[in-house]
Amino acid sequence: MATQAADFQTLSRRYTADKPFRAFIQKALGGYYKKRDENKANFQDWQGARDLAAETKYEAVNHLDKYLLEFEQKITARGAKVFWAPNAEAAREYILKIAKENGVRSIIKSKTMTSEEIHLNEALEKEGFGVFESDLGEYIVQLRKEAPFHLVFPAMHLTRRQISDLFQKELGSKATDEPEELTMIARDVMRRKYCEADMGISGTNFAVAETGMISITENEGNARLTTSLPRIHVALLGIEKVLPRLEDLSLFLPMLATAGAGQTMTCYNTMYSGPRQPGEPDGPEQMHIVLLDNRRTELLADAEQRDALGCIRCGACLNVCPIFKNVGGYSYGTTYGGPIGSVITPHLRGLKDWKHLSAASSLCGACTEACPVKIDLHHHLLQNRRNGAKASPAVGEKVAFGGFSLMMGHPALYRLAVVFGRIFQPLQGLVNGTILDPLRAWTGSRNFPKLAPKSFHEQWKKERGGRK
Amino acid sequence: MNPGRSIILNRIREALRNNPAPRPHTSHSQADAAAETHGHAQREWLPKVGATLPEQIDLFAKISEGLKTEFHRVPTIDAAHNLLKQLAAAEGWKKIASHSHHDTDSLIQGIDLPVVRTEKGYGIDELESCDAGVTGCEVLVAQTGGVMVSVESAGGRALSVLPPHHVVIARASQMVPDLTAAFEHVKKRYGKNLPSFMSFITGPSRTGDIERILVLGAHGPKRLTVLLID
Repeated sequence: MATQAADFQTLSRRYTADKPFRAFIQKALGGYYKKRDENKANFQDWQGARDLAAETKYEAVNHLDKYLLEFEQKITARGAKVFWAPNAEAAREYILKIAKENGVRSIIKSKTMTSEEIHLNEALEKEGFGVFESDLGEYIVQLRKEAPFHLVFPAMHLTRRQISDLFQKELGSKATDEPEELTMIARDVMRRKYCEADMGISGTNFAVAETGMISITENEGNARLTTSLPRIHVALLGIEKVLPRLEDLSLFLPMLATAGAGQTMTCYNTMYSGPRQPGEPDGPEQMHIVLLDNRRTELLADAEQRDALGCIRCGACLNVCPIFKNVGGYSYGTTYGGPIGSVITPHLRGLKDWKHLSAASSLCGACTEACPVKIDLHHHLLQNRRNGAKASPAVGEKVAFGGFSLMMGHPALYRLAVVFGRIFQPLQGLVNGTILDPLRAWTGSRNFPKLAPKSFHEQWKKERGGRK
Repeated sequence: MNPGRSIILNRIREALRNNPAPRPHTSHSQADAAAETHGHAQREWLPKVGATLPEQIDLFAKISEGLKTEFHRVPTIDAAHNLLKQLAAAEGWKKIASHSHHDTDSLIQGIDLPVVRTEKGYGIDELESCDAGVTGCEVLVAQTGGVMVSVESAGGRALSVLPPHHVVIARASQMVPDLTAAFEHVKKRYGKNLPSFMSFITGPSRTGDIERILVLGAHGPKRLTVLLID
């Protein structure tokens, strides 16, 4: 078994057994469900909005070259530099090069999952650059040397007590049980960092081809400070994030807020087209856009699952997923967790090592229903299962189903199996679920149904005297 | 030009060539209609906004309450000025920041405090130590309770986010129904030469990163006051 699959089993077992932890996660999500439903109800037609969002993304993703070129041309004309990075290494090297060439000392970051994907912080720190995550949740997990637990709520797995202990240890602050006081501690630390940093690194939620803009969605104001005060702004941008027109944002900004956090709009939705322009009072001298492929084009080539590139990283599918809610974000071992992560990771990092994720689903379809851009998530999980079985067929399973079909096709064999079953079931009962049980993969968490003392055939024969 | 550009473009073209994706399952296939009527088609689905100005102001007021934006309607710029003085006294402001703009100028005129002006450049620490940032805006958005700011209308990028209290002055004529109308406004005003920074500010800065409990003033302003001159 691949180690990733074994890790998933170990971690998911551990998290699922932790009842207080599961209760904590589900309580945190409870507030989200309420606000999300209130905001959805404010839409005149949420389903109509989803349809339009899906169509808009279809248009963009299926003409990706055209819109990326238009975006590049427009934003370059405004003085930004666009770097096309085929893989993570190229992206990291380019950002390191800018930092070195400009004598950068301190780097501030706003939340970007793309940087987690390319392991940017480690690369920068290895070269001696100080990197500070400014988003509160990201800062907390950075101090704990952990990855984000969730795409949108990075520290949702931690209690205020744990955060207070962490701040006491790392920042020397006083213990407190008040989320507000904890937030203010981080605010004060970060204020200094913004003022001192000479490079700001951000992600991008949407790129607009028509006007050559990037759009960043946030609540805290940390991304605005990150992109306003330092003299260099680097924005990471996955190639799939481009939208054709500026007006598309009037649909996507409220939908992202509603699906992602249960808000009408998040607090700041900011559009940047270039560095500081002549006559403007502030803003960075340089703006660099790092356009990242990193195997997104592999997903693009799979027409069946291409719609997964429409993902706006709202996290709605995680929040409703019965698996995510119980195994949590860390069991997946991926940058992108939950249903969307299980769909795209086999494309981004290889089917062989990550196909087990498509089994981390009950196929209930809650994810597909929650997705604001209508990605057919649970069917893509099935397709990944099919692709995985095709690439490396499971011999044991094939033999088992071959035997089953033989038995079901031959009544004599079937009757024989029932006889053997009656003899062996009590023996199996003695070792049920233990290490001695040959069926323990199944019986470990389930009971094998007991064979009836008399089969339907036998009863029929007795009552009606056999076939008439 | 870096080689990555042609590598990625080739991969994209290769991936899309003769390889059509199934269309999304939508109840009303509206792809073509959407392309033609774009922006306006969205209005059918998004939250409803009344057609008249009073309805829009009422909606803005209602949403502001939920967002904890402090929204005040005032009859004149003088009344707004008095309100600003009350805020300054109540919070004990020692220094404020603003930018030259006809309404902000009249709003802060005669206020007995040092004023940092950002439009010609400023020191970051100087702005950081201000108690409030007073700005104009492009438009107010009724549908979302949002304030649209830009470099031009809000004195740059940082003035409306760095000081702990952001005060916005707007006229009733600046109220627009929705985001689409806000985009139409900036396109009309600036043509192709849009400001390098535009933002929809929807309430004071906030976070829910600790146990999903709402805290105001995460990194941006703890308070947002909108003064609307009728």
